[in-house]
Amino acid sequence: MKNWFKSGTPWVWLNAGAISICLIMVIGLVVLIAARGMVHFWPVNIYQIQYQDDKGEKTIVGEWVDTVILSAAQAKEAGYPILNNADHLEQRLIKTGNRDLTGRDFLWIDAQYLKNEKKPEDLIKIERREWGNFYGRLKAVKENGKIIAEGDEAYPEVLPRIDRARDLYEQIEHLQKKEIGSINYALERLRLKQRRLELEGALDEHARQEITREKAEYQQSYQKIRTQIAKLNQAIMRDSLVAETGDGQTAEIPLKKVVNLTRPNAMNIGQKMAEYLRQLYAFVTEDPREANTEGGIFPAIFGTILMVMVMAVLVTPFGVIAAVYMREYAKQGFITRVIRIAVNNLAGVPSIVYGVFGLGFFVYFIGGNIDDLFYPEAAPAPVFGTPGLLWASLTLALLTLPVVIVSTEEGLSRIPKSVREGSLALGATKLETLWRIVLPMSRPAMMTGLILAVARAAGEVAPLMLVGVVKLAPTLPLDGNYPFLHLERKFMHLGFHIYDVGFQSPNVEAARPLVYATSLLLIMVIIGLNLFAINVRNSLRERYKALDN
Amino acid sequence: MTTSTQTHTIDINALMQKQAEPKQDDETKEEGCIKIQDFNLFYGEKQALHGINMDIPKKKVTAYIGPSGCGKSTLLRSINRMNDLIDSVRIEGKILLDGNDIYDKSVHVADLRRRVGMVFQKPNPFPKSIYENVAYGLRIQGINDRRILDEVVEKSLRGAALWDEVKDRLNDNALGMSGGQQQRLVIARAIAIEPDVMLLDEPASALDPISTLKIEELINDLKEKYTIVIVTHNMQQAARVSDYTAFMYMGDLIEFGTTNRIFTNPEKKQTEDYITGRYG
Repeated sequence: MKNWFKSGTPWVWLNAGAISICLIMVIGLVVLIAARGMVHFWPVNIYQIQYQDDKGEKTIVGEWVDTVILSAAQAKEAGYPILNNADHLEQRLIKTGNRDLTGRDFLWIDAQYLKNEKKPEDLIKIERREWGNFYGRLKAVKENGKIIAEGDEAYPEVLPRIDRARDLYEQIEHLQKKEIGSINYALERLRLKQRRLELEGALDEHARQEITREKAEYQQSYQKIRTQIAKLNQAIMRDSLVAETGDGQTAEIPLKKVVNLTRPNAMNIGQKMAEYLRQLYAFVTEDPREANTEGGIFPAIFGTILMVMVMAVLVTPFGVIAAVYMREYAKQGFITRVIRIAVNNLAGVPSIVYGVFGLGFFVYFIGGNIDDLFYPEAAPAPVFGTPGLLWASLTLALLTLPVVIVSTEEGLSRIPKSVREGSLALGATKLETLWRIVLPMSRPAMMTGLILAVARAAGEVAPLMLVGVVKLAPTLPLDGNYPFLHLERKFMHLGFHIYDVGFQSPNVEAARPLVYATSLLLIMVIIGLNLFAINVRNSLRERYKALDN
Repeated sequence: MTTSTQTHTIDINALMQKQAEPKQDDETKEEGCIKIQDFNLFYGEKQALHGINMDIPKKKVTAYIGPSGCGKSTLLRSINRMNDLIDSVRIEGKILLDGNDIYDKSVHVADLRRRVGMVFQKPNPFPKSIYENVAYGLRIQGINDRRILDEVVEKSLRGAALWDEVKDRLNDNALGMSGGQQQRLVIARAIAIEPDVMLLDEPASALDPISTLKIEELINDLKEKYTIVIVTHNMQQAARVSDYTAFMYMGDLIEFGTTNRIFTNPEKKQTEDYITGRYG
């Protein structure tokens, strides 16, 4: 035994064990999130359940979401009656949808009251733009209020009509968001221009006429688009479908409100796979609906990545310049040591503190002053004096600055003296040496700093809530309207989206899988950003590899 | 190899528009290109060089020999002011290059180093291509004309006896070369900017015997054009390559004379002891 300890084997086991535990935890985390998040998009079967409890018999149609098993004692305690002296009570959570009719999405049922359950192939699930899912049976399809197909014929009839309606809907959306959006944007710019000229006292008759003329032009094209939209609206309202719920109520749903209609029970595995991928794709590429609990998260992905990129663009030069001064130019001594300690401590400050600082300093002080100086025409509405992308990125840049400084300094200190001397001996000045030799050689270290900064910044939520992230941003911070990148706009962020959907949502049950799915996506975005940066770093390292020997 | 080196010299000089320094025309007179006068050097409180006085003759090879820590490298590095990089260094006295004090306030260090090239103990190529390594000094001077660069790179690589080995892979990373090739590349890099003086700080000490031999042959070729000062640990090497030898000990210049005389008939006992291997 003593020899065994002496041999060092236990030490190896201890180390290997620690690594294993870390690995298991990381893998477990990813697997749990993936499993919980990814199943959300799978088209599960819809059950038709005959249910009879003391209040009478009814038919329930819905997806079986969850099962809870209570022991008899627990059930009694909670006041649930138990039939047949069973030793446990099984409760199921059924997603019944039809919130517009029943006022709720989910229903708990006791398994003991089940009379039977079936999976008839004709049950349909309708994803709607409002009121969540609809479960039931398709009865008829109507065109302009007249029934054109009924019963079995309805299903094949409705599918192309849904495609048509979706197509029209997308056209309307495009017109409303893009076209009218850019007209509104232009009109707003025109209004600001007029106001600015007024403030400068330069608004003469000529300018006034010019502005009025332009305004009329925009109004004209606006009217044109309005009529276009009205036409499309009329077209989209043509069709509707009649459907029946499990308990026999009928509902007429205009196809305009239908996102998607499927019969999951009738699908084979291949079709389910295709439907799954379609759902996944929609989740990643579409805008959210219904207070973020339905639809996609594209704006959040976009906002996260853009914010991180702007942050990277801001933090890298700052950090590198600071590190170069500290390492190459500053006299090494007490003061540089103090500065270094301060920089390192900055990395330990809680992020919410940065948020408060960002709000107080960047948003209110700097932003407010920018507004006073450059955007007097917009007053009292703030332009930069309100939380937005720029301030969020700046705040995070500040938060990650220490990481970049420290790793760049480390990189600079690793450049061999001999190479610097070689350059100096050829008549290069210190600046030329720095610029042509030292900085290129320390690029891998800078990239390392940037990787760490990106990893930290992409996952940060707390400070962002104060300086620019919102639950729902009406426009992306990058679009086709000059100047294309709108740094003053508020944006959406995956981290905040998780918080919002998970904790602020009116429909927690429905949102739970989305929390997991969004978390998974956030992790993937961070991993993606990191992989990109690591790749760049490795290719740089490759170039300077031989120098280490 | 050296013949082609010389044929290009003049037009390259003209192209580079080098500052015309008044040069001594009469080369037969072994007039000191570098004059070191009462030169003291301190690292903080510690004095490393004690009142050095010597004239280093033009277009000859002068070797510094002496035991480790005797100050020979320090003296060498003083000639192109490499010691400036160390904060605690303080100097007294003068080093004259063509009659001008290199420590004068009006001298730009970068200009000085363009005239006094240096090759270090360990090869220190930049992590760039072979071509860019040689072209570096010219690019620093703002010469980016591809034609001139091509010409200078070839001439310099030929001058460093490296051209035939690397002419097909000029764009390869210099770090992929062998140690001996790297050291010759560094020499090529130094002669690309046409210095007047070359300082070699134990240029062969990190190399294998064959590479060492090549470097020594190279030094022999180079002295036709440059004033060469070499620091070496290796007595045989000093005897083989140098015309003059200076023996240093504990920061003092003990003896300085033609290599022949120093090695055959040293005046000082210390020199004799060192050369015969009694200490050092």
